[in-house]
Amino acid sequence: MYIYDQIDQKLVDERVNQYSDQLRRYLNNELSDEEFRPLRLQNGLYIQRHAPMLRVAIPYGMLSSKQLKKLADIADKFDRGYGHFSTRQNIQFNWPKLENTSKILKELAEVEMHAIQTSGNCIRNITTDQFAGATPDEIVDPRYIAEIIRQWSTFHPEFALLPRKFKIAVTGSEKDRALVQAHDIGLEFSMNIVGKMVIKVWVGGGLGRTPMIGSVIREELEWQDILTYCEAILRVYNLYGRRDNIYKARIKILVKALGIDKFKELVEKEWAFIKGGPNTINEDELNRVASFFTAPDYKESESINLDAFKDDKNFTQWLSRNTHSHKIIGYRSVTLSLKSNQSAPGDATTKQMHAVAELADKFSFGELRVSHEQNLILADVEESLLYELWQQAKLHNLTTPNIGLLTDIICCPGGDFCSLANAKSIPIAQSIQALFDDMDYLHDIGDISLNISGCMNACGHHHVGNIGILGVDKDGSEWYQVTLGGDQGNTASIGKVIGPSFSSEEMPIVIKKIISVYVDQRHEDELFIDCVKRVGIEPFKSGVYGEQV
Amino acid sequence: MTIINSQLINEQTVIKDEWQTIELPKINQEVKKQAGKVVLFKLTGEEYPTEEQVNQTVVPDSGKVLLPLKVLIKHHESLKKRIKNQDVGFWFATHEEIERAILLLGDINQFPLIAVYVEKFSDGRIFSLANQLRTKYRFKNNLRAFGDVLRDQLFFLKRSGFNSYLIRKDRDPNDALKGLSDFSNPYQGAADIKDPVWKRIKR
Repeated sequence: MYIYDQIDQKLVDERVNQYSDQLRRYLNNELSDEEFRPLRLQNGLYIQRHAPMLRVAIPYGMLSSKQLKKLADIADKFDRGYGHFSTRQNIQFNWPKLENTSKILKELAEVEMHAIQTSGNCIRNITTDQFAGATPDEIVDPRYIAEIIRQWSTFHPEFALLPRKFKIAVTGSEKDRALVQAHDIGLEFSMNIVGKMVIKVWVGGGLGRTPMIGSVIREELEWQDILTYCEAILRVYNLYGRRDNIYKARIKILVKALGIDKFKELVEKEWAFIKGGPNTINEDELNRVASFFTAPDYKESESINLDAFKDDKNFTQWLSRNTHSHKIIGYRSVTLSLKSNQSAPGDATTKQMHAVAELADKFSFGELRVSHEQNLILADVEESLLYELWQQAKLHNLTTPNIGLLTDIICCPGGDFCSLANAKSIPIAQSIQALFDDMDYLHDIGDISLNISGCMNACGHHHVGNIGILGVDKDGSEWYQVTLGGDQGNTASIGKVIGPSFSSEEMPIVIKKIISVYVDQRHEDELFIDCVKRVGIEPFKSGVYGEQV
Repeated sequence: MTIINSQLINEQTVIKDEWQTIELPKINQEVKKQAGKVVLFKLTGEEYPTEEQVNQTVVPDSGKVLLPLKVLIKHHESLKKRIKNQDVGFWFATHEEIERAILLLGDINQFPLIAVYVEKFSDGRIFSLANQLRTKYRFKNNLRAFGDVLRDQLFFLKRSGFNSYLIRKDRDPNDALKGLSDFSNPYQGAADIKDPVWKRIKR
């Protein structure tokens, strides 16, 4: 993975000093709340219901075991012994003291980490495929491009105060696991017919209050031009994006209002002045950054003999759900589930983080990843060591065999923590997980995504969940709206609302009814999403609300 | 050391402002609200200033004057001599579209000073406008930010192409100066340092 040189380290150190002084001036009343707000946000610091929340960047989800140990220690020392992994592959601490935030940043800088641009109206953490570098369907490793974009976007002077937040995702695989079509800019790398690396550029996708799938602005952009082209897009957005209405300020609204053709015309006009300019990437720089993402020292290893374990159902269930095929024979990628129903989805305790760091050291070259589904990944595990890994991970409650299943719920912190939320989301996730605790039944239902957001901001990506749940406020009480048919990846789509919202008590039963309709309606081996797409939402409506007279 | 009573930073020092900034006459404008809150930002391209405001603006007979862009365009002919003497500059606000106006003025390097007015410090359009002036319109002379100009945006303003800053009245410009050196070696190429770090230094 990428390792800092003096330049990277100095920038992060200077940031710690800058922020410490800003905090000092704020506490000293030299900065108003309004003036401090964008400064603290661009350092990941929110003022929440109970305490400030600090969001720490995990660039494109990559962590070393050393870094995870530091996060575990910070959770112990400055928080309540746990952290929350978010859908942007970051980690959030919910209980730090404002006065301690400088100290936390200083400790993070020791392990090449920071909280730069994890919030605020700027370019946020670049996200990508959690299986990058290991997945057999990979065409281009997206991580080194993500790192080049990370450096370019860090303290980009022109885009420091955009109309609204700006999210970029990169994928280089056949199957898109990075949700590129639901981002402000989505970059899809591939090889063109003459074997040249090119990028399909999507723009104006996003979830939130007005969910939209992005439009293609360029079919084949050359990789050298990626930064200058992004700069042109962002310049047009910065100048013309709406600042008068926070709900209409994302780039998707501008692209929609102008139409993709007109938007593209403006972008191309700006680009003409900077194309080929100083920020054009060259072969040397690409190779320099790529050299950090070379393959680990794989051993020659044999594929596992599954027959030997066929009586151990718990292990084989885990094997089928929580491990993923690998480009190297004899290796698999492993997902450690943070969805056990013992804690909120995406939460990990200090003890668990230390355990995962040790597992990474022992089984996966000392590296791990955070997925946007809020689980932890050991990307390079020898098949012959899987049983041993499983046994050890089980001791720390990290082996719930539910990856991709109904209880692998994506969930934002919701009303328990977040001051933006209309409704709680964690208790809904937990009540659903409690109702569906029969692993055989869950495996029978098969692949299905259930995403919960506590408000319109859609941090839980509810629009693209096969089942989406959105917390809404009605006359001061908490209600939940259900959508069906959302999907991510190459077939991304936005779910449709099935009807009036429900109380929190009703939610588990509603999900149960939806699943029964699916079980009745499905063809053999038909996935939930395919079934919804085939029969439409009507049968589900009747199943949930009863026959309409 | 003499302490200069001025809010103006030029490059790295506080200096006296030798320019007279001509403001537009105030007019009654309806206060726009969104969800109960006052809207702080004008839309890009919104009509501004009004014809009435332009007509009512008085251009002083002498001295170095920094005029509203539309006022300059209105008096362009009669100001030719003063422009030649380097006594005229112009300013515009962050929501103004400037392309057509700049084409009308011809060579913008005949003006020793251009200033951009930012009503709210969080209006990042000011950065893109500066970049365009430097990169697209190739403006080489003094580029000044004024209005809600504060220490914590100064580094970004400098990198976007500004080289002078009129700090908001209630803040100390000597303190604000520190903001210019928040970071020593930025990653990306921008209007001030054109090359990205990997072209400047062997990494």
